[in-house]
Amino acid sequence: MKKIYGSAAEALEGVLTDGMLIASGGFGLCGIPELLLQAIKENGAKDLTFASNNAGVDDFGIGILLQTKQVKKMISSYVGENAEFMRQYLSGELELEFTPQGTLAERMRAGGAGIPGFYTKTGVGTVIAEGKDVKSWNGQDYILEEGIFADLAIVKAWKADETGNLIFRKTARNFNPPAAMCGKVCIVEVEEIVPTGSLDPDNIHLPGIYVHRIIQGEHEKRIEQRTTRKREEA
Amino acid sequence: MWDRNQMAARAAQELEDGMYVNLGIGIPTLVANYVGDKDITLQSENGMLGMGPFPFEGDEDPDLINAGKQTITELNRTAYFDSATSFAMIRGGKIAAAILGAMEVAENGDLANWMIPGKLVKGMGGAMDLVAGVGRVIVVMDHANKHGESKVLKECTLPLTGKGVVDRIITNMGVLDVVEGGLRIVECAEGVTEEELRAATEATIV
Repeated sequence: MKKIYGSAAEALEGVLTDGMLIASGGFGLCGIPELLLQAIKENGAKDLTFASNNAGVDDFGIGILLQTKQVKKMISSYVGENAEFMRQYLSGELELEFTPQGTLAERMRAGGAGIPGFYTKTGVGTVIAEGKDVKSWNGQDYILEEGIFADLAIVKAWKADETGNLIFRKTARNFNPPAAMCGKVCIVEVEEIVPTGSLDPDNIHLPGIYVHRIIQGEHEKRIEQRTTRKREEA
Repeated sequence: MWDRNQMAARAAQELEDGMYVNLGIGIPTLVANYVGDKDITLQSENGMLGMGPFPFEGDEDPDLINAGKQTITELNRTAYFDSATSFAMIRGGKIAAAILGAMEVAENGDLANWMIPGKLVKGMGGAMDLVAGVGRVIVVMDHANKHGESKVLKECTLPLTGKGVVDRIITNMGVLDVVEGGLRIVECAEGVTEEELRAATEATIV
């Protein structure tokens, strides 16, 4: 079965539709599927819901889809770096479901693992718990959180082989594996597609069973906070 | 009174050899400068154990950032993992301690540090998971807000990050523990008397 597509636009063909729930990998601007986000912008699909830890910045990441008003709702843990997001949220144009970061990751993982709900102590006694079922084990309260079953997952990996086995690089792994797992269809963009057989089977981070379409491309990989130390400090 | 660095140095005394620790943004980040010879492994909740210092100029790697989205480096002990695994170790109680900042702490250990109603809403990030899951929660913050009002309260007024989660509070005025019935003074900062610490604290001191 052929998984490799020529471009992000081609990989989205027949998959992307209005009103979809899309799970996206990435933390801040690190490890985001920047090519697929750009292609979704060009495609013009609208009323999209994104499960994504962050919403990018104004002109990069999911931020570019906010500019074009293609996003109806975000399921995120932190959206602080995006002025257009704030404007749309405060004016009521954009829905927001705040989900604690670990709960969001586990909701994706659970969805991908066929688990519709799980109990967690994260958020007990806070606004996050409002309206959620509470159960107690050994005197500790836990709240019910639901698995995310996304229509589409868009993720970024470092390398893929032709069967979709993936390797990520450093902290760019972040939400990508759980996001990939919870998508009915998963499209991955990589820096390099390598021949099947050239990756060590013991070092695959995400097996190709979760990956349906693969594209290769050039990534800008923007840095959000450039922090350094001077060499003379060493 | 302690300054930011003295507060960080005091917080570093809380850490013991062999601990896995998560440091929040702000003063907690400075704690790493004061661990001395202790063998401490820093966790960054975006998916890394064994966080190193900032890179030298020119060595920044966009694929290597901390939870504050700053460029960092790896160490020879570093391990990378995905966000679900990262929060499994947090929620599962494998991280010995989290040191974080706060807007308000209450005498029953309630913590508020993520949202001011009517102001810009940014989100809780991983803070709710951390305070619910780690072994020990240590708050480092100024004792009073910019209007001079106590941030150590009988009850939090802001939306909570966690209920009854704080173990120890380190402020510019001293160190307080959350105990049955209120807070217990552990230590006064240099030049601060117990009366002054009591007078500056709204919470019940037992």
